[in-house]
Amino acid sequence: MSSSSSSSSQMGELVADKHVRYILMSEKKKESFESVVMDHLRMNGAYWGLTTLDLLDKLPSVSVDEVVSWLLTCQHESGGFAGNTGHDPHVLYTLSAVQILALFDKLDILDVAKVSSYIAGLQNEDGSFSGDMWGEVDTRFSYIAICSLSILKCLDKINVEKAVDYIVSCKNLDGGFGCTPGAESHAGQIFCCVGALAITGSLHHVDKDLLGWWLCERQVKSGGLNGRPEKLPDVCYSWWVLSSLIMIDRVHWINKAKLVKFILDCQDLENGGISDRPDDAVDIFHTYFGVAGLSLLEYPGVKAIDPAYALPVDVINRILLTK
Amino acid sequence: MHGRPRKVYKPEEEAASAAKAAKLRALQSQFMSYHHNKIYTKEAVDLSTKLLEINPEAYTAWNYRKLAVEDKLSRIESDPDLVKTILDEELSVVESALKQNFKSYGAWHHRKWVLSKGHSSIGNELRLLDKFQKLDTRNFHAWNYRRFVVELTNRSEQDELQYTDVMIGSDFSNYSAWHNRSVLLSSLLARKVDGFLPNKKIPDEYNLVHDAIFTDEDDQSGWFYHLWLLDQTVNVETPLLTSSWPSHGSCINLSAGCLNDSFSEPGSFPLIIYFNQAVGGVSSSTVTVDTELKGNEDLVWEPVSKKNSQVSCVWVARLKYMSSEPCFRKEYKVKVRIGDSPGIVSSRGCNFSAPYEFIFTAHVHDTLEESQGGIVSWTDGFDIWDAESKDLNSLVNLDQSNAQLDSKWRQEAIAEEIDLFRELPDSKIGKLTLARLLMAKAMISDAAVKGVHYNEILDLYKDLMVLDSSHYQYYKDEHSVALLRKVTSSTEDLSGRLFRYRNMNNSVCLRLNNLSLSRIASVEKLLFVQMLDLSHNELHSTEGLEAMQLLSCLNLSHNRIRSFSALDSLRHLNQLRVLNVSHNHIGEHSVDTTRYLCSSPLSNSECTRDEVGRQMPSLVTKYWDAYFVLRDLNLKQLDITGNAIAGDEFRSFVLQVVPKLVWIDGKKLES
Repeated sequence: MSSSSSSSSQMGELVADKHVRYILMSEKKKESFESVVMDHLRMNGAYWGLTTLDLLDKLPSVSVDEVVSWLLTCQHESGGFAGNTGHDPHVLYTLSAVQILALFDKLDILDVAKVSSYIAGLQNEDGSFSGDMWGEVDTRFSYIAICSLSILKCLDKINVEKAVDYIVSCKNLDGGFGCTPGAESHAGQIFCCVGALAITGSLHHVDKDLLGWWLCERQVKSGGLNGRPEKLPDVCYSWWVLSSLIMIDRVHWINKAKLVKFILDCQDLENGGISDRPDDAVDIFHTYFGVAGLSLLEYPGVKAIDPAYALPVDVINRILLTK
Repeated sequence: MHGRPRKVYKPEEEAASAAKAAKLRALQSQFMSYHHNKIYTKEAVDLSTKLLEINPEAYTAWNYRKLAVEDKLSRIESDPDLVKTILDEELSVVESALKQNFKSYGAWHHRKWVLSKGHSSIGNELRLLDKFQKLDTRNFHAWNYRRFVVELTNRSEQDELQYTDVMIGSDFSNYSAWHNRSVLLSSLLARKVDGFLPNKKIPDEYNLVHDAIFTDEDDQSGWFYHLWLLDQTVNVETPLLTSSWPSHGSCINLSAGCLNDSFSEPGSFPLIIYFNQAVGGVSSSTVTVDTELKGNEDLVWEPVSKKNSQVSCVWVARLKYMSSEPCFRKEYKVKVRIGDSPGIVSSRGCNFSAPYEFIFTAHVHDTLEESQGGIVSWTDGFDIWDAESKDLNSLVNLDQSNAQLDSKWRQEAIAEEIDLFRELPDSKIGKLTLARLLMAKAMISDAAVKGVHYNEILDLYKDLMVLDSSHYQYYKDEHSVALLRKVTSSTEDLSGRLFRYRNMNNSVCLRLNNLSLSRIASVEKLLFVQMLDLSHNELHSTEGLEAMQLLSCLNLSHNRIRSFSALDSLRHLNQLRVLNVSHNHIGEHSVDTTRYLCSSPLSNSECTRDEVGRQMPSLVTKYWDAYFVLRDLNLKQLDITGNAIAGDEFRSFVLQVVPKLVWIDGKKLES
């Protein structure tokens, strides 16, 4: 039975209350196989859920102390955070932890020197970043390092110039970016690279018209966005593509109304949550990217999100624009 | 969940899922206990194998296996067979994990980690990859891993290029293969490998990509490759000088009185040089200025770019003409030579190798009529340009020869492509490519033919706006670019839009109002303009105007500017005194598309605050972009009425930030 057959009166509207309920419930539903498979990235899940709640102005319904005390159990002696209690530290989860604390205005509980040393310690000689001690290199980790350190106001702990040079070395002839030099452009990777360049004031390295055309051609007939040419659309690219287009000031090159409709069509109108494509199973990841996408599309009732730091604009302005 | 249908589960399905979950959870907690206690027995390692077979994304289990391998390796005497057995076991775990999830980052990295130990057969990897890549031709993990293996084996780029032939041959709709081809080919071309000269190779590549584009016009796989080939055809790598101010053979008028000089900074005027691409290394040693004007021995050249960038298309130096000696000669010749000694280098590392010289005359007047320090009007006090006079030619050289496309193969390739794409008259990519090709063609055509090309380009973009309305604004922007190219390529067209403003020493005013322009282009042709009227257009940003270093008055009223951050480029215009941004959309939107194109603490590119900033921290946070942009401008006259932001609070904030302001919204401020 497909739940998309629900009352048509709700078609074309964001069922915000249901998404809020879905997020709050999914935290409690731990018995399904899917939730166990996702166990190792609970920190990311928490960031997706909490940011969505904040964008919908419902963050106060969460117990800050409960989240923060669990979050601290994930921190290792090295300063890095794991995806969940007992797992190994990795920058992927360290950024989420920093972002969650930023949301709650609780960055002061962090030992900033320690966390930033962990991240800075992962920079390699060529300017790239490893994700953890095992040495996987990817421009995702460059973004994560730069984003977290900027939020913690510790960018001076790394060699920013080399970090930027490495990202630029991953630029392709189509204007996009890949995970390592020579790797194919991918919208998620483009977000990471453009985001890192944005945060370091280095967007002049981007060929905005070339990349902008590649990105705007990600919009397919249904209005949704794909992540690479000739691929299916997916709600998560509403975030990766849109945020990149906004950072380079080319977002007017896509049809926003059609994209809004595509995202809204991916809602589970009965039980809340958003999926990758209409009528697929919902999850917290796509719920976040759908709502964040709507925020970037100025959908009424959704707070503005910052396209580079992936946190609400008021949170980032409070941290970076207020002395 | 990616690609999983949404459905309501039956109770028995839920129970089965819960049972599976319980099993996995038990496995996980047993694994964690082994991991935390550093137990690497066979039983413990086998358990991690089981866990990874079910969930290849359990990254801690991959870490654990690496620790276990290192532990085992440390226990054996370096017996190569034993080492190989241990590592082969890891490769087979990765293989079955990849069968479960081909996109598992952890599994792919584990394989790289094992291979990097240098004990495994690499030949096997390419065979395995061939198998995987046939099953999933677009998997970027596999392609990345392929590049990694190729590097380890020192396989040649030619061989890999052949692999892309095979992949494209079996299915042209493989963007990943086209991408890899562009990487390999650009490396082979850059290294000038035998058989890889652009004039021979690029025409072949056109033929290859035509097959893809003409087989299915809607398939994007070949689009970007074709655009890259076009770029290789049209743009030569070496940087060239596009234009300068003053231009060659021109005569500029300077005031000895210096009080009301329209070049504003008393006793000096800017020298502007504009390159076809961003370059670094412009300095008094790479650019020699030969003049009798005193005090210009060590000119300081500055890039018009962001603070942390040392490259730019536009470079500026200020030439002094006030002398301590009381008596002036009337006329001074100035000779500028660029690139005599090496050092000007493009961001891609190519040297500026065609030295260029321009000579102009600076005419110093003893007295110039004083301008009234009054309000600048955009309606009264203008004289039309005498189109018959040679005035314009002395200001700008519109017919600069384009040395870029002198080679025969490039011109032939463009002509052939134009003929070919005329055969796709109804498709989007056909029209778009034709428009781009004609744009390249127009650059090398005579003035008379240029106009014909531009008219065709404008029609093509109009068609595209209807044909592919989702990307309407993209075509609209391209249309604006073509329109401005057209206007600035014809003396007649341009002089019809030029005026002299009497109240400011006959400043040169260009009116590009009411053209429904959505973006700015061709600024390299407009370096001489002092007043620019862009009112009643559809502009949402001033990007590009930073090159117009002589601008003192700018009218942007009735456009679509959404924030002050969109005016960031104006921070480079030292002479800007009058700005009209009335009747725009500032303050209406929650999303600011120029938030990161504007230097500010958000991009870690501007952090200092002045006294005003310290006194009003909450207003600075609220109006951060206005604060950072406006305080860098030396405005005397500002119009902001007709914007959502323009309330009393904002006006009084502006007056604090820009204390030198004399006129706001047409009213004189009490001094």
